[in-house]
Amino acid sequence: MSQLILRDLVKRYGTTQVLHSINLTVEQGEFVVLVGPSGCGKSTTLRMIAGLEEISGGTIEIGGRVVNNLEPKDRNIAMVFQNYAIYPHMTVRRNIGFGLKTAKLSKAEKNARIDEVAAILGMTEYLERKPAQLSGGQRQRVAIGRAMVRDPAVFLFDEPLSNLDAQLRTQMRLEIKKLHTRVGRMMIFVTHDQVEAMTLADRIVIMKDGHIQQIGTPAQVYHEPANTFVAQFIGAPQMNLLKAEGTGTGVRLWNGVEIAVPGIQIAPGRPVSFGIRPEDLKSDASAVLSGTVTVAEPLGAETLVYVDVDGVEVTATAPGRTPPRAGDRIGLGLSGDNAHLFDSASGQSLRTARA
Amino acid sequence: MAQADELTIRATSDTLLRAQAARKQASAAQFVRWMLLFAGGVIMVMPLAYMISTSLKWPWEVYEIGLIPQEPTLENYTYVLEDGRFFGWFVNSLVIATITTLSALFFDSLVGYTLCKFQFRGRYIVFIAILSTLMIPTEMLVIPWYMMSQSFGWLDSYWGIMFPGLMTAFGVFLMKQFFETVPDDFLEAARIDGLNEFQIWWQVAMPMVKPALAALAIFIFLGNWTAFLWPLIVTTSPDLYTLPVGLASFGDEADVAWELIMTGAAISTLPTLIFFLIFQRFIIRGVVMAGLKG
Ligand SMILES: Nc1ncnc2c1ncn2[C@@H]1O[C@H](COP(=O)(O)OP(=O)(O)OP(=O)(O)O)[C@@H](O)[C@H]1O
Ligand SMILES: [Mg+2]
Repeated sequence: MSQLILRDLVKRYGTTQVLHSINLTVEQGEFVVLVGPSGCGKSTTLRMIAGLEEISGGTIEIGGRVVNNLEPKDRNIAMVFQNYAIYPHMTVRRNIGFGLKTAKLSKAEKNARIDEVAAILGMTEYLERKPAQLSGGQRQRVAIGRAMVRDPAVFLFDEPLSNLDAQLRTQMRLEIKKLHTRVGRMMIFVTHDQVEAMTLADRIVIMKDGHIQQIGTPAQVYHEPANTFVAQFIGAPQMNLLKAEGTGTGVRLWNGVEIAVPGIQIAPGRPVSFGIRPEDLKSDASAVLSGTVTVAEPLGAETLVYVDVDGVEVTATAPGRTPPRAGDRIGLGLSGDNAHLFDSASGQSLRTARA
Repeated sequence: MAQADELTIRATSDTLLRAQAARKQASAAQFVRWMLLFAGGVIMVMPLAYMISTSLKWPWEVYEIGLIPQEPTLENYTYVLEDGRFFGWFVNSLVIATITTLSALFFDSLVGYTLCKFQFRGRYIVFIAILSTLMIPTEMLVIPWYMMSQSFGWLDSYWGIMFPGLMTAFGVFLMKQFFETVPDDFLEAARIDGLNEFQIWWQVAMPMVKPALAALAIFIFLGNWTAFLWPLIVTTSPDLYTLPVGLASFGDEADVAWELIMTGAAISTLPTLIFFLIFQRFIIRGVVMAGLKG
């Protein structure tokens, strides 16, 4: 049974602690994405798994073996870096073959492996080229090939797509996902792009300031965010967070509007944050809230509108065909079923909308 | 195709017209600039021209100022090339400059890499210590070198000539700066692939700083090829002379044979010229990258 287990993993640089007791178990064949804002410790976690960074505390276990004191090459992992790290002075074949440097295989066996990997990646015809003669996407493929050729138990990716342009990024994202299905190995993927995280992951690990905020499937972290940070980090545009207080059967918003929230009791007067996603806050006739449009951003199918509701700006959606214009007064409808409630002091979820 | 040509022509004539206009405007400033460059060029070329000219003169004409020899002759060249000593010196210089260059490239880049890519206690102090030796002129180092050679018995040997140059502070500094441009990702990827630190340096980092190595190779080779003071001091037997020392010894105490010295010098510039022609694309790039005024 192959698993990757992080137990109470801690990282300190001198006296500053950048990772606080990280606990995570990655199952065989699972695709886990570490996501979070810059400086939250994603790369550090990944590099500790790879063996490129000293472990200050806790253990890392790969396939039932504690690897804390093993060299990177002995950990049965492979890593793909942000700027590819493929060698400009070597052909694609030698670059991919570099991953087999220390493998005890004959030259013919190595070449067979390289050819096989190149075929999977669609790079066969480029094998004799130098990296300078490749496009960004092809270079990234070489970097992935170099990891694949070793057939490791765990693939580690540190923002491998962030140097690619938007279109290529989407395409490579899809290819990485297909690759995962095909090789069936554990993959741990670091990104600060929540769309990448949502589309790739079996499970997402959301981090902030060296703490794990939530671990869950994309649907869980989207529909049942554990706290306000996750709620606002996942999903674009961001979830609206409105000041409110409990009424027993629901909440009263900052402007006095009362909304019934089924399935939860909040003590009257208790301050809470009321979360509602822009797609759950639609311009409609019920006009639970109403306000003046400050900016309208047509997206085709829908229009994103920023609305000033009694002095607070909220993000909502309006129809794509008959978009409101800046300055229009519109009504917004919402259902308490879709609301997320958080404690206003701690930011922890009190209850979340149905998944 | 024809249309494209036409476009090109139109574009070219456009550029020409614009260039002409610009030229008229800038002509005064341009003129001064060209004149300064011209003067600089003449100053740089004069010694070379005199060297060639003198090497083509008969002894009786050597002290005359004229740049064009009255009776040009290749006699000096025949003499120098037929003189067995010249060839010996040439070989000495070549061997010494080559070995020193290879050694300096190896050690300078090894130390530069270590200072650049490894965190260790005292790293900064070591770097400053190496850098500070750059501020001591050769003339001052010659005496301790000599005393050292004397006590180790290195006087009048190849090793004695070479040892001070086997590693250079300048090269360490230059290579350290260049290794900064090699992203750590490359080294870490190789580490994961199972290379040891020495292999990472040799197989991954070194190929990525080739332009710097080429530039450094030229600087060091030229420096050793033309070195005079130390080889003069450390050698006593004419067999061990390097070219510059040997050439200076042409003629006797009473009468310096300038025409022969200049001939030898002219011949000795050939290898450096060839070196330059081979490596010039690198050296230009290297000098630009190092931000040096070569
Ligand atoms: N060598 C170091 N010395 C001291 N602090 C460091 C060092 N390397 C990283 N850190 C700190 O550790 C924290 C986590 O860094 P890390 O590189 O893991 O962030 P990240 O989540 O990958 O961010 P990004 O999205 O910007 O890559 C940061 O606050 C960073 O400043
Ligand atoms: Mg990072």
